[in-house]
Amino acid sequence: MSAAPVLEVRGVTKAFGEREVLRGIDLTVSEHEAVALIGASGSGKSTLLRCIDLLEEIDDGDVFLDGETITDPAVDPVAVRRRLGLVFQAYNLFPHLTALQNVVLGETRAHGIPRAEAEQRGRALLARFGLAGREDDRPDELSGGQQQRVAIARAFSGRPRALLLDEVTSALDPELVGEVLAAVRDLKGEGMTMVIATHEMSFAREVADEVAFLHEGRIIEQGPPERVFDAPQQAETQRFLRRLAGH
Amino acid sequence: MLGGLAAWVLTSPGWPVVRETFFSWTVFKDSFPEVLDGFWLDVKLFIVVEAVVLVVGLVIALVRTSRAPALFPLRMLATVWVDLFRGFPTIILVVLVGFGVPALRLEGLPTDPLVLGGIALGLSYSAYVAEVYRAGIASVHRGQRDAALAVGLSDRQALRHVILPQAVRRVAPPLLNDFVALQKDVALVSILGPLEAFRNAQIIQGETFNFTPLIAAALLYLAVTVPLARVVDRIGGGPEGAVR
Repeated sequence: MSAAPVLEVRGVTKAFGEREVLRGIDLTVSEHEAVALIGASGSGKSTLLRCIDLLEEIDDGDVFLDGETITDPAVDPVAVRRRLGLVFQAYNLFPHLTALQNVVLGETRAHGIPRAEAEQRGRALLARFGLAGREDDRPDELSGGQQQRVAIARAFSGRPRALLLDEVTSALDPELVGEVLAAVRDLKGEGMTMVIATHEMSFAREVADEVAFLHEGRIIEQGPPERVFDAPQQAETQRFLRRLAGH
Repeated sequence: MLGGLAAWVLTSPGWPVVRETFFSWTVFKDSFPEVLDGFWLDVKLFIVVEAVVLVVGLVIALVRTSRAPALFPLRMLATVWVDLFRGFPTIILVVLVGFGVPALRLEGLPTDPLVLGGIALGLSYSAYVAEVYRAGIASVHRGQRDAALAVGLSDRQALRHVILPQAVRRVAPPLLNDFVALQKDVALVSILGPLEAFRNAQIIQGETFNFTPLIAAALLYLAVTVPLARVVDRIGGGPEGAVR
C-alpha cells in the first residue's frame, strides 16, 4: 500500500444554521483503501461525503486530494469533482436520459472524451455491472438495483481517484441489495479507493480495510473492522452495534 | 335537450334576423378574403412575437433563478420586469407603447404600429412565460443538480444538459397554453391601426351593419387555437418521457 494518502480530511467542521453536523473530522484514506463510515442517521456521514466532493462548503478545516488542498477557495471545484466519484442514496439518475447517456454525459461534457469512445466505454461498464441490453432504457424502466448500478457505472466512468458511496443500498428493497453490493465488491477488488457510508455492517466488515464510527459529528472510534465490530472500546459504539444487532 | 334548444332557437320568430345579422352567407363570402388577408398578418406577428417571447422569457427566468451574488442587480431588474409587465392589462401596454412611443418623437425609435404592438405583446407575454419557465426550473429536484456537478459538469453545463431539458419538458403544456392566449391577443394590435383580421372585420361590419365578418374572423382564430389546444392535450396527458 502506497504511503501518500489519496484523501485526507483535517479538522473539518460544518454547520447548517445552528445545527453543527460535523464537529472536527479527521480521516485519512490511502490508495486502494476502503474506509467504511458507520453511525446512526444524522451522525454526519452524508454531509462528510458531500463536503469532500465540494457539494457543501465547509466552515473550517481542510480536505486534501493527492496532497492538494481542495477546500482552498482558489481551487476550481469543478476540476476537483472531475477527479472524484459520488454515488447517491437515491441514485439521482438523470430521468430524461437513457442508462448509457447517464454514464456518458460526464465523459463527453466534463472530460472531453469523444462520443464514440465514451459510448464504447460506457457499454463495457454497464455490461460489467450486469446491465448489458439495458443501455437504451430510461431510469423509470429499471429496478432500483439496476438504477443504482447505472449510478455506480456513472460515478466510476470518470476514472475517479476515489469513489464516495453514500448509503447506496438504503433505498433498495432487501432482495436488490446484493446485486449493488456485488458491484462495490467488484470495484474494491480492482483496487478502487473508496469511502463508504453504510448501514450494512456485514458488508462493511467484509469490504472495508478501516471502519470509522461517527457520533454527533465526530469520529469517536476507528480501526480495522474486526476490532471496531468485535471489540468496540467506546460506550457509544457498543450501544450502536447492540441496537443494530437487536433488529 | 340540446337538439330541443336548437329547434326552439331556429323556429323562433327572431331567428331570420339573427341569421341575417351574424351568419349571412353572402356577407361571409364577400368579406372572407379580406379578413383572411388580415389574418395572415396576425399569424406572422404571432410567430415573431412568440419566438422572441420564448427566448426573452427564458433569459428572465434564468436570471431570476440564478444564485450568484454578482447577479443581484439583474435579479432585481428581472423581478420588477415580471411584476410590472404581468401586472398591467395587455391592452394598456399596447396603447402605451403603440401611441406613447411615437408621441416622444425621438429619432431611431420604431414608429411602425405593427412593430410597436409586437413589442407591447412581447413585454407582457415574456413576463408570463418567464414565470412558467421558472416554475419548471424550480420543479427539478436539487439532487439532479448535485448529480450533474458530481459527474464533473460546471453549473452552466448542469443547467443546459440536466436541469433545463427536464424543466422545459414539464412546462410544455402551460407554455403552449400561453401560445394560445398570445395567438388571440394579437388582435389587440388592431387598436393601433394595422389591417389585421379583427380590424378588417370591424371595418366591413361598420360599412354593412352586419356582424358576419367578425364571425369569420373568430372562426379563423378557432382554426388555429383548437388544433393548438389538442396539441396541449396530447402533451399534457403523456408520461414525462413521452415528450422529446
